[in-house]
Amino acid sequence: MSLLRRILGTPEGAAGALILCVLVLAALLAPVLFPADPLSIVGPALVPPFTDPALPLGTDRLGRDVLAELMHGAGTSLAVGIAAAAMAMIAGSLVGTLAGLAGGLVDEALMRVVDAFQIVPSFLLALAFVSVTGASLPVVITAIALGAWTGPARLARAEVLSIRERDYVAAARVLGMRPLEIAFREVLPNALPPVMALSSVIVAISVLTEAALSFLGLGDPNIVTWGSMIAEGRNVLRSAPFLSILPGLALMLTVLGVYLFSEGLADALARRRSRA
Amino acid sequence: MRRALVLLRRRAISSIPVLLIVIVGTFLLLEAAPGDAVDAYLLSIGGGDAALVASLRASYGLDQSTLARLWLYLTALAHFDLGWSVTFGRPIVDLILERLPNTLWLMGSALALSFSLGSILGVVAGARPGSATDRVLSIGSLALYAVPSFWLGLVLSVVFSVQLRWFPIAGIESIASGKHGLDRALDIARHLVLPVSALGFIYLALFLRMMRSGMAEAWRQDYALAARAKGLRRPRIVIRHIARNAMLPLVTMLGLQAASMLGGSVVIESVFAIPGFGRLAQEAVAGRDAPLLIGIIVTSAVLVIIVNLLVDITYALLDPRVGAAEAAA
Repeated sequence: MSLLRRILGTPEGAAGALILCVLVLAALLAPVLFPADPLSIVGPALVPPFTDPALPLGTDRLGRDVLAELMHGAGTSLAVGIAAAAMAMIAGSLVGTLAGLAGGLVDEALMRVVDAFQIVPSFLLALAFVSVTGASLPVVITAIALGAWTGPARLARAEVLSIRERDYVAAARVLGMRPLEIAFREVLPNALPPVMALSSVIVAISVLTEAALSFLGLGDPNIVTWGSMIAEGRNVLRSAPFLSILPGLALMLTVLGVYLFSEGLADALARRRSRA
Repeated sequence: MRRALVLLRRRAISSIPVLLIVIVGTFLLLEAAPGDAVDAYLLSIGGGDAALVASLRASYGLDQSTLARLWLYLTALAHFDLGWSVTFGRPIVDLILERLPNTLWLMGSALALSFSLGSILGVVAGARPGSATDRVLSIGSLALYAVPSFWLGLVLSVVFSVQLRWFPIAGIESIASGKHGLDRALDIARHLVLPVSALGFIYLALFLRMMRSGMAEAWRQDYALAARAKGLRRPRIVIRHIARNAMLPLVTMLGLQAASMLGGSVVIESVFAIPGFGRLAQEAVAGRDAPLLIGIIVTSAVLVIIVNLLVDITYALLDPRVGAAEAAA
């Protein structure tokens, strides 16, 4: 709790938290304020923003409410970003811990697989994966996680390698704890905090990757996303640039919020360490 | 130099099994795809009877087992043959070699832009950590880093191509311009300004932040204190002692970002309709051309390996400690 207060004490952390709160609020209010499908047609096409009080941000090429789309899109972006990051963190920590604890051939083999995932551009991998399995939300989340789990895996392995030599692990072994018990009760909990510090960057990258995928038309076609809104607005880029600019600004704000919050977190942690 | 060569050989050998994992993994992934190139082809010609389907499958070798085809693929690959693209009706190696230069120009220029401008601005920010300039640059770079590159590309093209008409809106060069030599090079350069900016500015922020934090760290070291105690002038301390020591991690970063930038160029090439490697990937996805997609992924993996080998050599040349143990062994 005091950590959160310390994050909010830094200007970056406070700004980031504020942005993220607004976004979460927008995502939560979207189904309340706009219970209808945001992809349904509500008015004439291409109403400019700030002209019709019923459609504050105007309509797109097909006469869909831009504000409703934007607010529903917030939920999609955040959900995909967080889900993909969680998946990458869990898979990465498990593989990294396993490699670090097992050592030998298992370690060698797992790390070569990590290398292999790292030399393939993650966006190309996501592209290939989505094209193989067909675009739906879980597939997009998995595709993004496929390109993001190697960082946590490497870090978790490095942490485990240093922790397994500590005295308390030796003590646990002497006490007769089983290897799996040692792994999950002694090593993993201590290896996780540095790995968790990666999570905000992975969330930010996941949000951007999801946007790029749906911009290329590889997102779930039945769900409104900011990336697909930009792609849709691109058709009328000359006459109605705001249709592409607004969702782009929303994306930028989201990612900026995540980065600012993580800067605040890093500051708060650094200050706690320097005080200790 | 010997040190660098020893290091190069070791790294090159150790990347062979990794590349093999990439090839087999990609092959098996795309094998799992429902429908193959023959299905896509039949769809485009409006269907055909079972005998035609069977003969098409046989002619492309699609009627054999997965393992048999994986083996065929690997042996062909050993002869630098990536197979045949059904979508384009051409050998995949030709397609890739034709498209790759455009992407390499785009990526190379974007990397050069982001690395040079990013490290210069990073030196400006890191010269006085905590100053107003530093705060503005740090927050500005954070904002820049949050921008989706494809969106930046669209905004740049609206402003500079549609409104101001300074730069062409799409493509890699003017069609059938009949230009040669320097004229053609200038034409391509004009076409590349906006896509390179869109791709490069995002990574600029990364290099800036890394340089800045490296310099902030260097200021706390004893040698910085010693340099100040000697009475050296500030610009000299900043350039010779602080920035120089903060520079090395940036070289590593250059290698790490190669893969990510190759992925980023897929989207940028789509925004600016550049007939490059990334567009080819998209066309392969649209045409369900699995061999082409495998070829693209394998080529990009090789590219990333090469960039990282270059980075390793540069690193060994810059830092005498690197690779010393290997060379002695």
